[in-house]
Amino acid sequence: MSESEHHHPNYVKIWAILVVLLVVSVLGPELGIRSVTLFTAFGIAIIKAYMVAKNFMHVSVEPRFVTYLLMTAVLFVVLFFAGTAPDVMNAEGTNWEKSSWLAAEASAPAEAENHH
Amino acid sequence: MAESVETQAAHHEDAHGHHGEMSFVSKYVFSTDHKVIAMQYLFTGMAMALIGGFMAYAFRMQLAFPGEAVPGYGIVSAANYNALVTNHGTIMIFWVAMPVLIAAFGNFLIPLMCGCDDMVFPKINRLSYQIFLLSAVVLISSFFVEGGGFGGAWTAYPPLSAKAEYSLTKLGSSIWLVAVALEFIAFLLGGINFVTTAMNSRAPGMKLYDIPIVVWMIVVASILFMVSVGPLIAGAFMLLFDQTLGTQFYDPDGAGDPLLWQHLFWFFGHPEVYVVLLPALGIVAEVITTFSRKKLFAYRTVLYTTFGTGVLSFTVWAHHQFVAGIDPRMANIFTLTTLLISVPIAELCFVYIATLFGGSIRLTTPMLWALAFIAEFLIGGVTGIFLGASGSDIYLHDTYFVLAHFHYTFYPIAIIGTFAGITYWYPKMFGRMLNETLGKIHFWGSVISFNVIFIPLFVLGIAGQHRRIFDYRNFPELALPQYQDLRILATFALLVMLAFQVVFLYNFFMSLFKGEKAGNNPWKANTLEWTVPSPPPHGNFAEMPTVYRGPYEYSTPGRDEDYWPQNVPN
Amino acid sequence: MRPIANTRSVTGIPTGRLAVWWIIVSEIVIFGGLLGSYVMYRLAHDSWANQAAHTNTMAGAFNTLVLLTSSLSAVLAHKAASEGDGKKAAKLLGATICGGAVFLTVKAFEWTHEISIGYTITSNTFWSFYYTAAGLHGLHVIAGMIIMGIVAKDAAKGRELHRVELIGLYWHFVDLVWIFLFPLLYIAK
Repeated sequence: MSESEHHHPNYVKIWAILVVLLVVSVLGPELGIRSVTLFTAFGIAIIKAYMVAKNFMHVSVEPRFVTYLLMTAVLFVVLFFAGTAPDVMNAEGTNWEKSSWLAAEASAPAEAENHH
Repeated sequence: MAESVETQAAHHEDAHGHHGEMSFVSKYVFSTDHKVIAMQYLFTGMAMALIGGFMAYAFRMQLAFPGEAVPGYGIVSAANYNALVTNHGTIMIFWVAMPVLIAAFGNFLIPLMCGCDDMVFPKINRLSYQIFLLSAVVLISSFFVEGGGFGGAWTAYPPLSAKAEYSLTKLGSSIWLVAVALEFIAFLLGGINFVTTAMNSRAPGMKLYDIPIVVWMIVVASILFMVSVGPLIAGAFMLLFDQTLGTQFYDPDGAGDPLLWQHLFWFFGHPEVYVVLLPALGIVAEVITTFSRKKLFAYRTVLYTTFGTGVLSFTVWAHHQFVAGIDPRMANIFTLTTLLISVPIAELCFVYIATLFGGSIRLTTPMLWALAFIAEFLIGGVTGIFLGASGSDIYLHDTYFVLAHFHYTFYPIAIIGTFAGITYWYPKMFGRMLNETLGKIHFWGSVISFNVIFIPLFVLGIAGQHRRIFDYRNFPELALPQYQDLRILATFALLVMLAFQVVFLYNFFMSLFKGEKAGNNPWKANTLEWTVPSPPPHGNFAEMPTVYRGPYEYSTPGRDEDYWPQNVPN
Repeated sequence: MRPIANTRSVTGIPTGRLAVWWIIVSEIVIFGGLLGSYVMYRLAHDSWANQAAHTNTMAGAFNTLVLLTSSLSAVLAHKAASEGDGKKAAKLLGATICGGAVFLTVKAFEWTHEISIGYTITSNTFWSFYYTAAGLHGLHVIAGMIIMGIVAKDAAKGRELHRVELIGLYWHFVDLVWIFLFPLLYIAK
């Protein structure tokens, strides 16, 4: 089954861009600004994922339903997260608390500062 | 217990290898033919159903006559009771309902109904069955390790499942988990085959709206399974590490949270209900149209409703956790979505009734099963409303009301739906007709006794009987004679029901040899599987068919015959 | 022998590719469930920053580079295969397998070091996730390498060239998972 109808982009160039993005995501935290770190870590991860999916996996030349399939799977993960996080992220409720959890967090921030 | 398992294993070997010739082995044991694999799934599922039924017998006897030795099993200890209940649930859902409804019917019907010679990946299909068989063996082996089988309920909530000091069987719970994980892998492989075959390999001319509803429903069910099972597979790894390595994923003593497992489990567990419900609904659609000689009412609406049900089924899972300490604001949302999902299912029931309306109905055995499905599932659905509303669920949670509701949904799905399918396609599978009289005796015996088992349990549940108690003599207010009598009644009805299955087994195996020859199309149905010989030869179609119309063209005006097969040009 | 069903293509894409997309869909939810659980816990536990500080960012970054490069050779193998050059495709797949081997070797050294200084899978739930997520990903790398070896062997003889693309798709997905694991486990400190 030859795929000669595929248009092959310049893969090496895309790889080079991905490597540059990788370097940025490693250097980002050096600035020490939390929002910048979050963007360089996760924003760039999303950009990289998009580039790999589009260019290496050729999602863009597949029939549209493939994109929808993949997006649906991601959407269900988000749905799972949205339904679960409100419960799991609670350390205390009306008649209960996770004592060892609260104890660990109480001593945490001071230590965390030491590493930046 | 040990005896029964060994008998089952012997039975199973018997079904596959009693001729013992090499050609037989390669033809029936290591075959890649989708029909043979379907039969392997069917027989394995039936054998597992007998094991699961035996477990139900043992623990129902304990509830009716506490402390007395159960004939064929012996004294049921508290740990035995928990292991029996847990594995009854696990087996009936994962090793009976799934393999029979999805794998057996999916394997048999999808290539035939789509006009293919086989599945697109026959070897992966065979691998899927082999992994499934392995998972069944692994599960049964968990009963013979130190501490016995896993007893933390089929939902396996931690900490009960995660810590050996609670589950009392460290190895048993890990083996149980591994067996379930293997079973998931088997069905992922099978599901990919089903979906790909139906999407990509339909006969020329078969458009989306020409696909029989049962194929659509099995495909949607496979997709639901694939998308919902992932988080639970990840969660199973985490639970396995909690059990064996001592991590604290679900332990609030560390940084974990036991609610996470409940969410992971039910995010899969609730769509799973629809994974097995949809194929049963599809079977009922095929049977009802054939035996009322009418077009399916509103084909496209059925289809869109199926998709809608599939999507909605992902939004309701936390209604199992209303008393687990979840956020009350989330409980509101999940109540709303749960009540919403009853709408599409009710709509499907109305569609089937509308299909019946004005048809020339023939009350054959499969038709009786299909009609019983609608009636019984309706009770299951309506009682679900009480449990879906968080207010009444707080009272009813973990009582026998839940249990009765659950069985009023799953018995119609896994037993009634399956029997509708088996009795309908038996002529195609084996080339001979089942005995109608025996079939009807089996039908009435099974359905009436089923109701006698579970209606008392609704009553007991409302009276406050908790579902995890193994000996009610310890609870004087629940051991009153009026309650104990209901328990004994339910147990007797179970014995009756199990006895009637002998009629089915006799009918099934006798008809293999003595049944009337079926011919290609005994029911005068339209779909493609009825155009080939019964049983279909290897490769199915002598000449690959072309499809000209939808599957439900019955009683078309201006034609001599009241059916119009999909592959006939005019 | 390939069934007739396998040669049909009603949706317009070859059957093998369609199946790989479905595999990827089911893999997305597996990793999604695991990483979603991790993110919930991570957001609720600021103290995990202290643990994450002990991961080796440079090793993680190097492994990201290795996987990106192996993805490049996988896609170049696909290009070679689509031009009918099975030998070149097999060589490039071989390079991809080497990439996977380098990745696993780096991981092995990393884990050995971390375990030897006391960060085991049970020492903290952060480390439990660290080993579980990277371990599950590692299993996918190993599986990919094995299948790729089989595909490369056939491709070298000019057989089953369409499979080069299929295993490539899977490999890119494994790469994608790592692209998210890297910031989650190494950068967010």
